[in-house]
Amino acid sequence: MLRVFRSFLLFFGLLAATLAQAQLSIEITGAGANRIPVAIPNLAGDEVAARIIAATVRADLERSGLFSLVDARDADLDENSPIAYADWKSRGADAIAAGSVRRAADGRMEARFRLYDTQKEESLGGAAYVTGSDQLRAAGHRIADFIYEKLTGEKGVFSTRIAYVVKSRGQYLLQIADADGQGAATALTSAEPIISPVWSPDGSQLAYVSFEKKKPIVYVHSLASGRRHIAANLKGSNSAPAWSPDGGKLAVVLSKDGNSQIYLVNADGSGAPQRLATSTGIDTEPRFAPDGSLFFTSDRGGSPQIYRMAPGGGTVQRISFEGNYNVSPRPSVDGKTLAFITRRDNRYQLAVMDLTSRQVQVLTDSNKDESPSFAPNGRMILIATEIGGRGVLSAVSSDGRIKQRLSVAAGDVREPAWGPFLK
Amino acid sequence: MNKLLLPALLSLFVLACSTTPLPEDGTGAPVETRGGSTAVTPVAAGDLDASGLPRALTDPASTLSQRSIYFDLDRYEIKGEYQSLVAAHAKFLVDNRGFKVLIQGNTDERGSREYNLALGQKRADAVKRSLLLLGAREDQLESVSLGKEKPRNTGSGEEAWAENRRADILYRGADLRGEF
Repeated sequence: MLRVFRSFLLFFGLLAATLAQAQLSIEITGAGANRIPVAIPNLAGDEVAARIIAATVRADLERSGLFSLVDARDADLDENSPIAYADWKSRGADAIAAGSVRRAADGRMEARFRLYDTQKEESLGGAAYVTGSDQLRAAGHRIADFIYEKLTGEKGVFSTRIAYVVKSRGQYLLQIADADGQGAATALTSAEPIISPVWSPDGSQLAYVSFEKKKPIVYVHSLASGRRHIAANLKGSNSAPAWSPDGGKLAVVLSKDGNSQIYLVNADGSGAPQRLATSTGIDTEPRFAPDGSLFFTSDRGGSPQIYRMAPGGGTVQRISFEGNYNVSPRPSVDGKTLAFITRRDNRYQLAVMDLTSRQVQVLTDSNKDESPSFAPNGRMILIATEIGGRGVLSAVSSDGRIKQRLSVAAGDVREPAWGPFLK
Repeated sequence: MNKLLLPALLSLFVLACSTTPLPEDGTGAPVETRGGSTAVTPVAAGDLDASGLPRALTDPASTLSQRSIYFDLDRYEIKGEYQSLVAAHAKFLVDNRGFKVLIQGNTDERGSREYNLALGQKRADAVKRSLLLLGAREDQLESVSLGKEKPRNTGSGEEAWAENRRADILYRGADLRGEF
């Protein structure tokens, strides 16, 4: 009997270890200076579900670096309870959320909550979310998004997803996870490199470069169905896909005519590529801004620098001037900021440029930053970097103050891409 | 006469060995010099070794056994010291029109993956262009880039980086495991 019990323990221990390896774990390494104190008591109703949802909300808010949590474990409240504003104010909470979760008639779980401002002593509104009982964390992310938006004035990104590539034991895994690194699912496994994943504007597809046929080819992959098709496979190399704002086309880099140059192809793989820019050097890493202009990296001036092409293949203007290596341009969703990688003293670091003032700020002190990707609200930038010889993902706020690290125990993580808001 | 020539030949061979790395699988070594053996295996062009390549390509004493051209950081110009190496391969391709090569460009691990993919392509293309100018035909040459995805030296630091900033000339056949 004891032996059976022991092997059970062993089995679950191994299972837990396997699961742990597949998950990204997040460590906050810096936080904002002025954090909003909020109280998130346990929800009333179904105890297990309530614990999962409250823990998700708390972790989301804390991880954002914009909130501090006021202890509220002793509170016994639901969304209809009267709030003792003076009490919560004296505990230091500027806001409190109270709610409940119950099983609905159809078997799904219904979470309800209301958010209160303890200073103004008024309700900031509430919402109800119905989810499957295996989707409770999703309900938590929705509640955290609501609280985040009401208290900061900008949309939350806790319900969004991220894509990234894990290299582990000679295999390349293209994975999709929640923005907090949980719930990782593998969309593609390959023995050859996978690079440059990018989300379609509606979040249903990923375009990426796979070397599975022993050369770089651009694929478009529908996540829900797992179906994929080739978007660009011409002679030579096919890489660096970037979605057009309407999701119908991809800017890609082709070497079919000998030189890496930027072309436009239909995302469904139909038709012939249309040349977008011409240089005698390297043109690569195209990225559309919301206004249809195109940022890209080119060495046409003698060193890799960032350029911008006016919408519709118009005039090209150089954007970066400091230093001799500025690459991987990524415009923010509002088009006001550009994230990129700059080399300073042989270190490759994340920088942002205010596109109006052209002011540049280096945000990290690391050595090997790569592949920046803006959160859809522009607040955080996800990058690949290296710590202790291992690839990890790091999220840095666009003002450089908040830093989070995401790592997978069993491998190198690289090529992050932050997905769009859920529709 | 013979007594003088043999040691001279052997010492030449040893000298060549010390400056030219052997092919990884070791199949290119035509002469066993260990244990004081005095045997000499004659080398003739067109003679195929176990890997199916002419011995001229795999003989460590031959310039043709050197297949790597190294580059400076961010650069894709072929440096002067590699001109004779490229010229030797061009001559072989001119003399042996049936042979084809795949030129693979590589970069060190630092910086953008996509920029490195393009940079590796530029390095491979630079070698291809040189071979074309020296008489090789377009249909004998293919250039591809592995960017920083397949480093030969997986270490980190100046030595590893220098080794990975490289274009390799690979002859179709035993040099290549499978088609690219």
